Amino acid sequence: MPPVEVRDLAIGYGDFVVQRNLNFVVNKGDIFVIMGGNGCGKTTLMRALVGLQRPLQGSVLFGGEDFWGAPEEERQRLNRRLGVLFQVGALWSSLTLAENVALPLSEYTALTQARIAEVVSFKLALVGLAGFEEFYPAELSGGMKKRAGVARALALDPDILVIDEPSSGLDPLTARRLDELIVDLRDALGTTIVVVTHDLASILSIGDNSIFLDSEAHTMISTGNPQQALISAHPKVRHFLTRGTG
Amino acid sequence: MPNDPPWRLDIRPAGEDGLEINLGGRWCLNAQLPACDVLTAELGGRIRRVGIAAVGLTEWDSGLLAFLCGALRVCAERDIAADTAGLPSGAQRLIAMALAVPEQKVPGRDTAPPSLSARVGMATVEFLRDGPQMLHFLGEITQSLVRLAGGRARFRARDLWLEIEEVGPRALPIVAVISFLVGLILAYLGADQLRLVGAQIFIADLVAIGMVREVGALMTGIIIAGRTGAAFAAQLGTMQVNEEIDAYKTLGISPVDFLVLPRILALMLMVPLLTLYSGIIGILAGLLVSVTIFHVGVFEYYAETLRALELKHFLVGLSKGSVYGAMIAFAGCLRGMHCGRSAEAVGRAATSAVVTAILLITVAASIMTIVYYQLGI
Ligand SMILES: Nc1ncnc2c1ncn2[C@@H]1O[C@H](COP(=O)(O)OP(=O)(O)O)[C@@H](O)[C@H]1O
Ligand SMILES: [Mg+2]
Repeated sequence: MPPVEVRDLAIGYGDFVVQRNLNFVVNKGDIFVIMGGNGCGKTTLMRALVGLQRPLQGSVLFGGEDFWGAPEEERQRLNRRLGVLFQVGALWSSLTLAENVALPLSEYTALTQARIAEVVSFKLALVGLAGFEEFYPAELSGGMKKRAGVARALALDPDILVIDEPSSGLDPLTARRLDELIVDLRDALGTTIVVVTHDLASILSIGDNSIFLDSEAHTMISTGNPQQALISAHPKVRHFLTRGTG
Repeated sequence: MPNDPPWRLDIRPAGEDGLEINLGGRWCLNAQLPACDVLTAELGGRIRRVGIAAVGLTEWDSGLLAFLCGALRVCAERDIAADTAGLPSGAQRLIAMALAVPEQKVPGRDTAPPSLSARVGMATVEFLRDGPQMLHFLGEITQSLVRLAGGRARFRARDLWLEIEEVGPRALPIVAVISFLVGLILAYLGADQLRLVGAQIFIADLVAIGMVREVGALMTGIIIAGRTGAAFAAQLGTMQVNEEIDAYKTLGISPVDFLVLPRILALMLMVPLLTLYSGIIGILAGLLVSVTIFHVGVFEYYAETLRALELKHFLVGLSKGSVYGAMIAFAGCLRGMHCGRSAEAVGRAATSAVVTAILLITVAASIMTIVYYQLGI
């Protein structure tokens, strides 16, 4: 059973269908890229994947279990297998970094405070933020917030990590380092990672598989490895991947 | 034995200065793992080498890594050579990642809760700072008003209208309910005393003068402080969190002109009108009580009310309303503009705005009552 499968999905707001006829499978341990231009519906799709917004139609399956068809408790259980990193970090502003990462652990595990503190230190160290435990989100730079967001998303050792626009608001080097972190995490933990992005450098360097959402056709117009999409795919996708020069 | 932990930890000395550690069984977060200290306690003295192996390790997750990382950090600090080659390759990579960036030693971060005396001291300093902060803000508003008078202050008329609508029409129902009930209470209170001397008709004087001069403005002030003062603080506080206020500053637009002025003007304009409205509703309540319970004639009551109400009472009520309105907007904007950068700070700003507004209203009410009395108004 693939960790994530999407069947005949339509997403949108009320009568406004943003994307329809979405069908794709994310394989275990893949870095799966959802790409497309601004406003094509990437964030909307991500919200449907992580259980924040009911799709207009179709289903999202995690390990073969239909998410939106399941009852509430079942959905919460499935949700816990997902780690989510939001576009702007969405760290809880009145909690320190340590408390941000510790909250899911103290909610959903039976660990003692001392053990939680050790796990939190490890997760923060993993994203290069060792020693920043007592900082509040407002005291961090953009890149540090993103990495702290990764640490929180990883708190419960999720099977699937969903990341919205990892590189937005970061300088190219910091963005690159975040990409490397994502690849390292996948390699070491075997986590399946879904990345929503329009950043060409990361699409081409980290993506194992991808879909391209088009804002005019209101559906996906290409699937497959992004490197191959460069040569073989729909002209629109090539146009996008070569910044309009190919 | 069912109570045995699913994990195994063997620590053996190896040679003169070495330590062999083996981790077996299940090392998962839900497996009641031991604390890091078990391992770090062994790292003292003459230990120079540590070898970590994982013979018989069946399952692992962050639990294992968190346990080892603490110890490996200590090794790094004490120059102890640590060999992790015996661990699963995924674990090795993650440990390498976690140890790649050295721990930041951040100076001056005291996490211990402050002692009682320290808290008293901090609260005092905060309280003393409040005065100058208020004065400073008052100064900024005055400058902004001067600019407004000179036609140089910029804000959008739409903002003023929005606030006026919010404080005006939308506040009518709640002000009506409260004023009606307060009018009712005043009438009963007066009737009880005046009946003793057979002078129920003077309920009309009591209610009319009381509502129009004092109570109407006070009640309206308190309602608007809770309703609008808190909203101002929350709005401006959220803008502060989103750096919207900084964005105004960098564009050379004074946030006081743009955000605070329309709010102050709206309240100074609308609270007096609400005060008048509150007074009228209160008088109607008094009329209802007098006529139905205490058998005063409708026309008698009407005539007595007209006789009692002089222009000066209206002017006193309106002036109080205007001052209270300014106080509420001042408190709300002050707390909002000085809000911290977190959701919690926004909540604190809203609470503090209401408390400050009610405090200021009460102080202003006392001063104005005394001054008007001395002036014989
Ligand atoms: N809350 C909303 N209500 C209505 N339409 C929305 C809402 N959020 C986004 N949209 C619209 O949905 C489309 C896709 O938005 P989004 O998923 O945020 O795009 P992307 O993340 O790809 O840039 C856009 O046309 C946007 O205007
Ligand atoms: Mg988006």
